[in-house]
Amino acid sequence: MPDLSYALNLAASELTLAIGALMLLLLGAFIGEKSARLISILSVALLIAAAAVAATGPLGTAFNGAYVADPLALYAKVAIYIASAVAVVLGGGWMQRAGIARFEYPILIVLAAVGMGMMVSSGDLISLYVGVELHSLALYVLAAYHRDDLKASEAGLKYFVLGALSSGLLLYGSSLIYGFSGSMRFEDIAAYATANPGPGLIFGLVFLICGLAFKVSAAPFHMWTPDVYEGAPTPVVAFFTTAPKMAAMVLFARALSEGFLQAHEQWAQVLILIALASFVVGAWGGLAQQDIQRLLAYSSIANIGYAILGIAAGTEQGLQAMVLFMTLYMIDTLGFFAILLSLSRNGRPIRKISDLAGLKQDRPLTAVAITVLSLSVLGMPPFAGFWGKYYVFGAAASAGYWMVAAAGLVASVVAAFYYLRIIKLMWFDAVPDGVVPTDRAPVESQWIGWACAAFSFPLVIVGLTWLEPLTRIAASGFGAG
Amino acid sequence: MGAIPNILSVVTFLPLVGAGLILLGRLLSKSSQDGIARWGALVTTLLTLAVSTVLVVQFDSASAAYQFVENYVWFEGAAYHLGVDGVSILFVLLTAFLMPICILASWKSIETRVVDYMIAFLVLETLVIGVFTSLDLFLFYIFFEGTLVPMFIIIGVWGGANRIYAAYKFFLYTLLGSVLMLLAMLWMANEAGTTSIPALKEYAFSAQAQSILWLAFFASFAVKMPMWPVHTWLPDAHVQAPTAGSVILAGILLKLGGYGFILFNVPMFPDASVQYRPLVFTLSAIAIVYTSLVAFRQTDIKKLIAYSSVAHMGFVTMGIFAGNAQGMQGAIFQMLSHGLISGALFLCVGVVYDRMHSREIAFYGGLTHRMPWYAAIFLMFTMANVGLPGTSGFIGEMLTMTGVYQASTWAAFVAATGVILSAVYALTLYRNVMFGEITNPALATIMDIDLRELVIFVPLMVGTIWLGVQPGLVLDYTAPSVDAVIGAWRLATGG
Repeated sequence: MPDLSYALNLAASELTLAIGALMLLLLGAFIGEKSARLISILSVALLIAAAAVAATGPLGTAFNGAYVADPLALYAKVAIYIASAVAVVLGGGWMQRAGIARFEYPILIVLAAVGMGMMVSSGDLISLYVGVELHSLALYVLAAYHRDDLKASEAGLKYFVLGALSSGLLLYGSSLIYGFSGSMRFEDIAAYATANPGPGLIFGLVFLICGLAFKVSAAPFHMWTPDVYEGAPTPVVAFFTTAPKMAAMVLFARALSEGFLQAHEQWAQVLILIALASFVVGAWGGLAQQDIQRLLAYSSIANIGYAILGIAAGTEQGLQAMVLFMTLYMIDTLGFFAILLSLSRNGRPIRKISDLAGLKQDRPLTAVAITVLSLSVLGMPPFAGFWGKYYVFGAAASAGYWMVAAAGLVASVVAAFYYLRIIKLMWFDAVPDGVVPTDRAPVESQWIGWACAAFSFPLVIVGLTWLEPLTRIAASGFGAG
Repeated sequence: MGAIPNILSVVTFLPLVGAGLILLGRLLSKSSQDGIARWGALVTTLLTLAVSTVLVVQFDSASAAYQFVENYVWFEGAAYHLGVDGVSILFVLLTAFLMPICILASWKSIETRVVDYMIAFLVLETLVIGVFTSLDLFLFYIFFEGTLVPMFIIIGVWGGANRIYAAYKFFLYTLLGSVLMLLAMLWMANEAGTTSIPALKEYAFSAQAQSILWLAFFASFAVKMPMWPVHTWLPDAHVQAPTAGSVILAGILLKLGGYGFILFNVPMFPDASVQYRPLVFTLSAIAIVYTSLVAFRQTDIKKLIAYSSVAHMGFVTMGIFAGNAQGMQGAIFQMLSHGLISGALFLCVGVVYDRMHSREIAFYGGLTHRMPWYAAIFLMFTMANVGLPGTSGFIGEMLTMTGVYQASTWAAFVAATGVILSAVYALTLYRNVMFGEITNPALATIMDIDLRELVIFVPLMVGTIWLGVQPGLVLDYTAPSVDAVIGAWRLATGG
C-alpha cells in the first residue's frame, strides 16, 4: 500500500498548479486590477514549472487507481500546460486592447489546466467526472470573459447550458456503467466486461461517448461550437481549440481503451459514425463561413473527426497517431490564432476572412506564415499537418477502416477549399480601398505565430524525428496490438 | 571531372537554396530587388542545369539499376531515399533544361512581384526534380503534392482575368486525385512493410489488391496527365497561367502523370495493367480524337495548344500500357519531345501575347509580313507538333504507334487518325495567324522577335531537331530500364 507522500508526489504537477492558482488569486485580490500583467507572467511561469514537473515526474498509480501517471498522461500534460501558457501570453495584449485586462484570465486558465491534468490522469469514473467539471467550469467563465459584449455573454451561456447537458449525459452513462459493473475503476470495468459481455454496459458506454463527444465538439454534438467560437474572445478561442481538446481526446482514448477494450467492436462503430459526421459537417459547414472564428470552429470539428478516427482504430498505432495528430494540430492552431491576434485592420481586430485581403502586400512574412499554417491544417505535404493525417489514416487503414479513411480524405479535399480561400485572399487579392492596414499588435503574438509556422515547415522535418518516438512511448501499452 | 558527393540532393535542392538566397536578399534590403531576383533565378537554374548535365554524363547508361542512390532513415515510416534510372534522369534533365528558358521568358512579361515569382519557380523546380529522384513512397508523395502549391500561386497571382477560377480548379482536381493515391500508398506500406519503391516493385500484390490499387494510382496520374474525361482543368489552367507557367505545366507537370504510370502502375501492378489495358486504350483513343476535334474549334491560341497537349498525352498513355518495349520507349520519347515542343509553342504564343495582349486567333493574321523570323520558328514547332519526320515529334508518335499496333490494331488505327487531325488543327491555326494580309491595324507596327527571345528558342529548336535526327540519344539511356520493366511485366503476367 503506497503511502500518501508517494501519491502526492505522483500528482505533483496538479498540486503545483492548484496551490499556485490559489496563491495567485490571493495576490491578485490583494494588489487589485493593476496586477493583470504580473499575474500573467507568474501564471506562465507556474504552467512552465508544472510542465517541467510533469515531464520529469515518476510513473505509477495512486489513490486506489483513481489517478494514473503513465507516459500518456505525462506527455499530454506537458503539451497541455505549454499550450495553456501560450494561451495566457496570447491573451495579454488582446485583453489590454479590448479594455478587459484583468488578473482572472490567467488564473482561470491555470484552474482549467488543473482540471485537464486530472482528466488525462483519471483512472476511474469519478476522477474522470471531476476533471471534466473542473476544467469545464473554468471554460464557461472564460467564454463569457468579455462580459460587456453581447455575443460573448451569449457564447458563455450557450456553452454552459449545453455543457451542463453533456455533463448530465456523462454522469448518467457513468452511473449505468457503475450499476452494471459494480466498480468505478476502468480496470475493474474491463474485467467485468470480459466476464459478462452484455448490452447494459454498452448502453452506459454510449452515453459516456456522447458526453465526451460534446466536450471535443465532434458532430453531431458540435452545435455549440461555431456560436461559442464566434462570440468568445479570440485568445480564449485559441485556448479552447487546443489544450482542452487534447485533454478530452486523451481522456476519451483512455476510458475506451482501458475500460472497454473488450467492447471495441461496439464502440468503434459509434466512433466511426461520429468521425464521419465530423468530416462532413466540418468540411461542408465551413464552406460558406465569413467569420474567421466560425470557420476555425468548423475546421476544428473536421480535425477532431480525424483524431477520433485514430481512437476508433483501437490499436496502439491508432492512439499514437491520435496523440501525434493532436500535438501537431495544437501547434498549427495556436500559431494561426497568434497571428490573427497580432493583426488588425482599421484599428479593430480581424474578424472577417475578407479582412485578410491583400495581406501579402503589407505584411509579406505574416502572409507566408498564415499560408504555411493553413496548408498545414489542410494536410498538404510536407507541412506538419500532413504527418498527423498520414499517421491517423495509416492507423485507420491498418485497422481495416478503408472506406472511412477514404471518406476522410475526400472530405479534406472539400475542406481544402476554405483554406485555399484564405490563401487566395492574401495572395491574389488587392487591399480594398479605404483600409488602413495597421499592426500595433503585441509582438509576442507575432513571434509565437512565426515560431509555430516555422515548426510546421521546415522544422517539422527534424521535429518529427523526436516527436514520433515520444508519441510512440506515450501510446505504448494501450489498445490491442 | 570528379564526382560530386550526394549529387542528387544537390541537383534537387540547389534551386531551393537559390530561392532562399533571393528571399534573404529581399529581407535585408528595402530597395527594389527585381533585377537581383531575375539574375539570381537565372544563375540558379543554369547551375542546376550544369549539375544535371554532370549527372547525365556520369550516369552509366548500360545499367538498369538505380544510380547515385542516397538512402537514409528519416523516421519510422519514411526514408530519405533518392536515386535515378535511365528514365528519370532524362526527366531531371528536361526540367533543368526548361527552367532557365522559363525564367528568360518571364524576364520582361512579369513586372509585378518579381521576387515572389522567381522564388515560386525555383521552389517548383526543386519539387519537380524531387518527384523524379525520390525512391520512397512518401517522399514521392510529398514532392508530387507539393508542386500544387507554387503552381496554385503562379496561376493565381500572375495569371489572366479568370485566374482564380482556374487556380482553384487546378488545385482541387489534382488534390482529389492525389488523396486516393495516398490511401493506396498507406495500404501498400502496410501490406508490404516497406516504403521503398524498388522493394515494392519486387513485391507481388494479390490480383484483387492490384486492381484496386491500380485504380487509385490511376486516379491521381490520369488527372495529372490529363486523360479524358478528367482533362477539363487543363485548358483553364493553361489559358490563365502566365506564359512560363504554361511552359512548366505542359512541359513538365503533365509528365509527372506519365512518369507515375511507369514508376508505379506498370511494375507494381502488372496483372492490373493488363486487365485495365482496354480501359486505357479506350480513354486514350477518345482523348486523341475528341480533344483534337475540340482543339480545331478553339478561338483562343493557348486553349488550342492545351487541347493539343491532351491529345498528345493520349499517345503516351497508350504507349505505356501497350506491353512492349517500343510502346514504352515511344511514350517516354513522346513525353520528352512534347516537353520541348509544347513548351516552345506556348512560348510562341507568349511572344505575340506580350506585344498585343490578345490570344484570340481572329485578332491575328498576316504576321509573316511583319515577323518573318517568328513565322519560321512557329512553323518549325507547328510541324514538330504534327509529327513531321525529322523532328522529335515524329519519333515519339511513330514508336508509340508501332508498339500499340502489336497490342491492338484498332487502337493504333484510331491513334493514327489523331495524327491527321493534329495536322488539321495545327495547320489551320498557322494559316489563320500567319498567312494572309494584315487586316488588324493594331498589327501594323508589331516587331519581330528580339535577341532574348531568339536565345530562348534556339536551344528548343536544336533539341527538337537533334532528337528527331538522332533519337538514340534518348533511347539508349532509357532502353535498359524499359527492358527491365517490360521484362518483369511479361514475367509477372506470363505473357
